[in-house]
Order: sequence, then C-alpha cells, then structure tokens
Amino acid sequence: MGNIFPRWTNLLAIKILVGLMALGTCVVAVAWYSWTPKHTRVGYMPEQPIPFDHSLHAGQLGMDCRYCHSQVENSPHSNLPAAQVCWNCHGPGKAKADSPKLELLRQAMDVNYEGYTGKPIEWVQVHKVPDYAHFTHQAHVNRGVSCAECHGRVDQMPVVVHEKPLSMSWCLECHRDPGKSLRPLDEITNLAWKAEDLDSKAFYAYLAEKMETSVSKLEKADEGKKWDRELIGAHLQKAWSVHPPQDCASCHY
Amino acid sequence: MADTTQANLLTAVHPSEAEGVAREPLVLNQRSLGWITDRICGIVENRQPLIWWILFVPSVAGFLALVFSLFYLVSTGVGVWGMNHPVAWGWDIVNFVFWIGIGHAGTLISAILFLTRQKWRTSVNRAAEAMTIFAVICAGIFPGFHVGRFWMVWFLAPIPNSNGIWQNFKSPLLWDVFAVSTYFTVSLIFWYVGLIPDLASLRDRAKSLLRKRIYGFFALGWRGGNRQWRHYEMAYLLLAALATPLVLSVHTVVSFDFATSVIPGWHTTIFPPYFVAGAIFGGFAMVLTLMLPIRKLYGLEDLFTHKHIDNMAKIILLTGTIVGYAYIMELFISYYAGNAYETDAFHMRILSGPYTWAYYCMFFCNVISPQIFWFKWARHNLWVVFIIANFVNAGMWFERFVIIPTSLARDFLPGQWGYYSASWVEKTLFVGSFGLFLMLFLLFLRFLPVIAISEVKGVLPESDPHYPAWKRLRLGRRGEK
Repeated sequence: MGNIFPRWTNLLAIKILVGLMALGTCVVAVAWYSWTPKHTRVGYMPEQPIPFDHSLHAGQLGMDCRYCHSQVENSPHSNLPAAQVCWNCHGPGKAKADSPKLELLRQAMDVNYEGYTGKPIEWVQVHKVPDYAHFTHQAHVNRGVSCAECHGRVDQMPVVVHEKPLSMSWCLECHRDPGKSLRPLDEITNLAWKAEDLDSKAFYAYLAEKMETSVSKLEKADEGKKWDRELIGAHLQKAWSVHPPQDCASCHY
Repeated sequence: MADTTQANLLTAVHPSEAEGVAREPLVLNQRSLGWITDRICGIVENRQPLIWWILFVPSVAGFLALVFSLFYLVSTGVGVWGMNHPVAWGWDIVNFVFWIGIGHAGTLISAILFLTRQKWRTSVNRAAEAMTIFAVICAGIFPGFHVGRFWMVWFLAPIPNSNGIWQNFKSPLLWDVFAVSTYFTVSLIFWYVGLIPDLASLRDRAKSLLRKRIYGFFALGWRGGNRQWRHYEMAYLLLAALATPLVLSVHTVVSFDFATSVIPGWHTTIFPPYFVAGAIFGGFAMVLTLMLPIRKLYGLEDLFTHKHIDNMAKIILLTGTIVGYAYIMELFISYYAGNAYETDAFHMRILSGPYTWAYYCMFFCNVISPQIFWFKWARHNLWVVFIIANFVNAGMWFERFVIIPTSLARDFLPGQWGYYSASWVEKTLFVGSFGLFLMLFLLFLRFLPVIAISEVKGVLPESDPHYPAWKRLRLGRRGEK
C-alpha cells in the first residue's frame, strides 16, 4: 500500500470531529438561549397609539383592573376597553381633556371635535399565545390565580412589557404545582398582595367552613409552619379542589 | 505418525467427506482466491451492463416521484392522503411495516446465521444487509410523514424543550421509534464493519488516485495484518451478538403498535411471533428477488449457488407455514374465545367485510404458494423460485393491508364503519419508495462489492488451516484456466 494520503491528513479526522463537536455545542447553546420564548417574548414592549400609563392608573390612582378589562371574570378573553371607557374620565371638561396625548381618543369619541373620525383606538396586543393554545381567563381568575402571575406587576409599569415567557413549559410549571400561585379570590386584582396582608383568623374561618372542619384543628395542624404564600396556596388548593389539567386536549382543542 | 496417508489426512479434516457423504461445496468449480476477488471487484471496476442503466433510470424517476409526492403532501396538507375517519392508518403504516419487515432477513443472515456458523451466509450477507439498510430508510419515510407535521418529527426524540413535555414512555409508538432507530444504527455499523477488508481490496486495486483515496478513506487504513484481523473478528462477533436480539425485538415492537391497542383484529397476543416470522419470510423473499437476477447478470453462479437458493427456499417454506399457522390460529381463537367483537371482526375479514379479496390474496400468496417448495425440483427451478418470491412480496404487503386498514374500517359500532382506499398521492409514494430502494441498491452494486470477498474466501476448503499441503500445491496450478 502506497502513501495515498499526504502527511497532514493524519490528524484531519480528529480535527474535523472536534470542530463538529464545537459547532454542535454552539448551535445547541444559541438555540437554547435565543429560540425559546424566554428570549423571544420576554421584554416585548411595543409603543401604544396612546401612551396609557398603567403605573399611574392602576398604581397611583388605585383603579381596579376590572374597570377597564371588565369581562375577565366572565370570558375566556380578557377584553381591552372600548374608547367609551376612557371617555368616562377623559371626556369634555374632565381629566386631561385637552392633553395632546389623547388626540386619538378625541378623534374616536368627540363628535364635536373637528378631527372626529369615530375610529376605534388600535391598541397593540402585548401578551399573545398561539392560535392552537386555548387560554381562558375566567377559569384562572375565578380560581385564585392573580393577573400578576402571568402579566407581572402591571401596576408598576409605565409601559406594559411582556414579563413572563408564556411558554408551554412555563404554563405546565404551574399546572403541575398550582399551590404556590393561588391567593384568596378577593385579592386577585390586588397585584401588590403579600401573605402577611391576609388575616389568618378570617382565613381559617373561611377554610373551616369550606372544608367542614374546625378552626382549631386547622390552626393546630399549621402550628410552627411559616405563614407564607405556599402555605396559603396549599390550603386553597385543597379547599377548592384545584386540579389543573395536564393532558394535551386541555389547551389544544 | 510416519504412516500417515492422504486418506487419513482427509478423514482428519472432513470425516464426512471420507465416508462419501460430502457436503455440497459452497463455491463451485473449485474457484481460486484470485478468481473470487477479480470477479466481485470486477463488478465495481468495469462498466455496468446495459440492463443496469435500464433499471437505474426508472428507479431515479420513481425516487423523484417520491420527492414530488412528499412535497405535495407537505405543501398541501395531510388531507391529500385518502385517510379519514375511521381509517386513520392507511397505506402509510402498511408500507412502513412492509419495508421494516423486509429488512429482517438481512439481520437474520448477518447475525443469527453467523453465530450459528452457517457458512452459506457468506455469499448473501452483504447484499442482504444492504437491502436491510435501504429497506429501513424506505420504512422511515412513512411514519415520519404520517405524524402530519414533518418538521415536528424531532418531538419523537427525548430532547429537553421549551414546551416542558416529554415522550410518553408507555406508548408502543415510542418504543417503535427506539426499536427502529437502534435497528438502523446497528445494521449500518455491522454492514460497514463487514465492508472494511473489501474496501481495502478495492483501494489496493484502484488505478486512479481519487478512487484510491475514496476507498482508502472508508477502509480506515486496513492492511490485513494479523492483529487487525484479530480485532476485526472480535468486533464482528460482538456486533453479531448485539444484532441478534434485534431480529426478534424490532418486529415484536412493531406488532405492539397494534397488539396493545383495543381494536378487534389488532388486539391479539399472537402478534409478536407472527410478525417476526412474517418479517423473516418477507425478507428472504426480497433477498431472492434481488439476488437471482444479480447472480445471472454478473456471473456469480459459482458463488451464489443452487445450495443457497435451496436453503432460502426452505426458510421461506418454514416461515410461510408458521405465518399460515398464525392466520388459522387467529381465526380459531376468534371463534373459540367467544368475544362478539373479535368474532365479528374476523367474520368480516374473511366473509362479509368489504376487503375479503385482500384476505384471500394474502392467504394464497403467503400460505398456499410457498408450499410448492416442499418439492426439490421447485426449489431448483429458478423461475419457480423467482415467481414464488414475488408472490410472497405481494402477499406480505397484503398481510399488512388486511391487518391495518380493514380492522379500522370495521370498528365496534356500525356507526363508525367506513371504507378506505388510497389516493393517488399515497400510491405515488409507495411506487416511489420502490424507486428509492432500487436506486440505492443499484448504486450499491455499482460502488461496493456485492458479496463479502474476504468472508467467501474463508469458506473455501483451502482456507482450513488443516488443509493438506499437497492439495494446496495442486490449487496453485488451477487458477490459470
């Protein structure tokens, strides 16, 4: 057998192998980082036609989320407010009636305004799951999942930003262990709610009635345990029999 | 011993030979080592006969039809296939099982016949292993596109993903993914390892530098040294041992796709052995279908002899009869078990259903036709063997058709009954898969040695270390003619 291959090819196979492995690692790392919703969705902050400030309305003024998103408890879809809802406060002679930022609102609502068009305001949707994934708001907010769990502290956002990945694995994380995300129903839209805010006496009374047991029994079982969201959530999950579905057809139907 | 005679020497080597009941030689006309190398390498080195081109061009056309059919499917949507409620598994799964089954003969020949020291395997194993690999490639296409969204096929592999989901390890469909991919990998490695010494022969005989380099690259620096042979043979033995369970496991798992479901006609415990026997049956038929013309075309009659054909015909007879037993046992159990749905399913399969014609095609091709191999004249008449082999090829396709769509078309409730027939897209895909298979096989003939040169040499009498020296001398003169 003659020398078919030149000397420099001796290490060629190893070099190619190492090169391919390095390339493969890079491809996986890049895909892992940049092709998942953690990267592609989080941080999305589109400019809205009217620079509506949630931190002002829901934060400083303390308006309830449901004043504008009024159907969230009764519908799979959480509606955006019609211009009329804005007009309730920003109509002629009311708050900031002449602000240039509200030009589009006047065009939409004020029939006496010279630029009146009657065209609705085209808000830009920030949070969106794919068409084949059905999310229903009412099922969540009526079972103790606060707006903040998926949308973050909107009451602190001057401009709404996509804060959570809303990926399937992120949904499943909670569906597999929902307790830590539950809170009392009347605190759903209180985005700043903390475990310490809850009156334990009233809470145990509520649980005792719901689970047909006595307050003392519940208190005794919890003796020495830390009063936190996990504990409260675990109680609520039991009291409400929260069993989030995990089969494909619960969201993909 | 001073008085050792030639006769004694013979007795020492081959006791039976001396007693006048010599085994039929595996290589006829006392061909020499050099002749074997020349003849087999010659196929790769010389111009291909006209008939190669006559077969190759339509095969490529068939392959292009396959590509077109798949392109049309993906760009339009799965609705272009004829499947719908209630028959959701149609020709695609039929063809998948058909092609997967064909591969089994290759694994059986390369692994089980190797471990059981059946020396006749050496003339067929290379081609049969190639057939296995190409058949598994054809098979893989069907479930890949059957999933509907081909670009999501990677979901079959357990890769961490942002959906937070994992494969369902309770599903036989997933077992199938692992069984078939293991099967393909092991078959490919086995085939390649077997090729190494022959690739080195081709390298050493090559005239042009490019050819030397290409074969040299794949020959992995093989020099045929003693140490290399020792490692090589150990590796080959280990691979054979690894591949042996696959002969049984792959089609067992394929049969679980059906047997673990609840559909009457699928839900039977006889499926695993019945599928394995059927796969070997169909695989040997395909080996014969390919090897009979090749043998004639490239003048390999001395290497691939009547003895080989006879052996394979006997295997077809045996496995065909096992399959026939399974058919009849299915019918008997459906009657004897007294389950109304089961009884009905088989009643409709053989008497009152819309697909009874397929059942009788299957029964004739698979059970009746191979029975002619009880007769020696039939096993030795190449035309008879070729025709029966093709009956079996067709019959095994019908078997899968009978099992898969016809059971689905007659479910538990008459309200769910329906009729399925394939659309032109499915038919094009099926014909195209034959195009792909033949194209790959013809390219294999063109570029790789169709018979394992080094292994065939090993079964020549002069390869025996105890072969008497005086015979070896006589052999030296024989090669000239």
